[in-house]
Amino acid sequence: MATKLQAAIVGSGNIGTDLMYKLLRSQWVEPRWMVGIDPESEGLKRAARLGLEVNADGLPKLLERGVRPDLVFDATSAKAHVRHAKLLREAGIQAIDLTPAARGPYVIAAVNLGDHLDALNVNMVTCGGQATVPMVYAVRRVVGVSYGEIVATIASKSAGPGTRQNIDEFTETTAKAIEVIGGARRGKAIIILNPAEPPILMRDTIYCLIDETGDDVYERIDQSIRDMVRHVQSFVPGYRLNRDPIYRDNLVSISIEVEGLGDFLPVYAGNLDIMTAAATKVGEEFAKHRIPVGQ
Amino acid sequence: MTAKYQVKITDVALRDGMHAVRHQFTVDDARAIATALDKTGVAMIEAAHGDGLGGSSVQYGMAKETEADYLQAVCQSVQHSTVAALLLPGIGTVEDMKRAVEYGIRAIRIATHCTEADISEQHIGVARKMGLFTVGFLMMAHMVPPEKLVEEAKKMESYGAQVVYVVDSAGAMVEDDVRARVAALRAALAPEVEVGFHAHNNLGLSVSNSVAAVKEGATRIDCSAAGLGAGSGNTPLEVFVAVCNKMGIETGVDLYAAMDAAEDVVRPRMVRPVIIDKPSLTMGYAGVYSSFLLHAYRAAEQFGVDPRDILVELGRRKVVGGQEDMIVDVAVELANRKKVLAGQGAQ
Repeated sequence: MATKLQAAIVGSGNIGTDLMYKLLRSQWVEPRWMVGIDPESEGLKRAARLGLEVNADGLPKLLERGVRPDLVFDATSAKAHVRHAKLLREAGIQAIDLTPAARGPYVIAAVNLGDHLDALNVNMVTCGGQATVPMVYAVRRVVGVSYGEIVATIASKSAGPGTRQNIDEFTETTAKAIEVIGGARRGKAIIILNPAEPPILMRDTIYCLIDETGDDVYERIDQSIRDMVRHVQSFVPGYRLNRDPIYRDNLVSISIEVEGLGDFLPVYAGNLDIMTAAATKVGEEFAKHRIPVGQ
Repeated sequence: MTAKYQVKITDVALRDGMHAVRHQFTVDDARAIATALDKTGVAMIEAAHGDGLGGSSVQYGMAKETEADYLQAVCQSVQHSTVAALLLPGIGTVEDMKRAVEYGIRAIRIATHCTEADISEQHIGVARKMGLFTVGFLMMAHMVPPEKLVEEAKKMESYGAQVVYVVDSAGAMVEDDVRARVAALRAALAPEVEVGFHAHNNLGLSVSNSVAAVKEGATRIDCSAAGLGAGSGNTPLEVFVAVCNKMGIETGVDLYAAMDAAEDVVRPRMVRPVIIDKPSLTMGYAGVYSSFLLHAYRAAEQFGVDPRDILVELGRRKVVGGQEDMIVDVAVELANRKKVLAGQGAQ
């Protein structure tokens, strides 16, 4: 049995709690601390019941007490993470940032997982980014993409107050990741909230304008897309194509759906599930890199 | 004698009308239409991609001109009216709005689905700080009861909206629906916050519903010269002004100038007549976002299905504005189902 990285989850809300359940199953990362700011919070109580050491006075106090996790997952807010990032950097602790603060390089788990294994801080972009950038990349690894555009439609109930108060953060950060990680020369992102009851599953449409056309190109793109879907399914089993990709001249249109695992969040919140699943995957990759083989 | 009712009209031919021309108006079109509208005396002229700032996309259709060229052409052509742009948070951003201000807009209309007003807080707040006349726009308002619409309108009011619109994006409301919603907002919002109404003519009720809205206290009404707009179009400016004149509703709009703008300037630039046809009537009947019309036509043709079937299915799934990608997905599903049925029939 290999030693696991000892991790702290900061933020005991929905995301932090769902992440905890995923990490509790991990062979590589052990969620040892749950850090919140409200001793009465459901998330902290639940974490305590599951055997985590709970702290209700925030990350700075945890560090002041001399606690040094191997790894910190931050599921608070962009504003809080800016402070946390500085403290963690000073303490030399690796941080996986699930907020849109973007203090470190972007990581899309399905695409550039191994790129920043020694970085002290990595950013998980957005839920829409984790779900759609792999598709842009799948097209891009076959043919040049002059423009990548994604439309993420999520259930209203799965968009928390943080997302709602700064929805531009979602569109701008996702668009940037389409370029930087997806490889499109220009990126655009759109987000739609749908209030239908029962809540809809997260669905995303990905459009790519490609540099070459023709049946053989389409065929190779199709194969690449299907390979990528299978790859994402290895850590997000509910990730699937809604229909076959459609090719029309230089336009590729891909439609996917993300059903969550339902660890803590409801299954319709595939957008949040793909975030916690991706963060878990990144944490495990860090652990594989840091824990010597054979230990 | 002062008129019993006074309303300020916003013409949306250069924004909602963009849906009806697949966002292909040129800078010259924009100049000609803006100039003609400015002569009518409308209080406000809205211009943008049909889906607002940042709307030019594969999802909604690429605009012919850049936002900069289009908006500058409009702003330079208008001397009397206030030029507004539309912004849907989730599509356009605060940065898009700041750029549009540089192009010359003086008002912004921030639109959300009727249950999602809280995504507009940031945009409305920044717009007010920038000194823009700021309007909240609650789309697909037929989908929620008046009490719910009031909750959402009060959110927009609290963020700083100076007008809150009841938006019948699907052209699905009958008169009682309009009266109940406008009256509820009028009663609930502070007196200095105006109530507006935006119609689509899918059920042939745009003019009469707009009049009903005025009677319930709406002081801002959206019209479009020649009705140019998504679905069966918006409330035709020239018709609404004629009706208002007969009813003693003061609009400040010159009837002949409105007729001229409609018939001499806008109608010759239509790519298809704006009429109540089978699909657009289906939209009003099933409560589907009017901008889906031309997308549904195209998908129906591409996948060999009836556009009405697509629209009814979209209505059943409670698809909201902006989900144009669902049109293709539903068309594909319907086509596959048809193939399966045909296959069974052959056995």
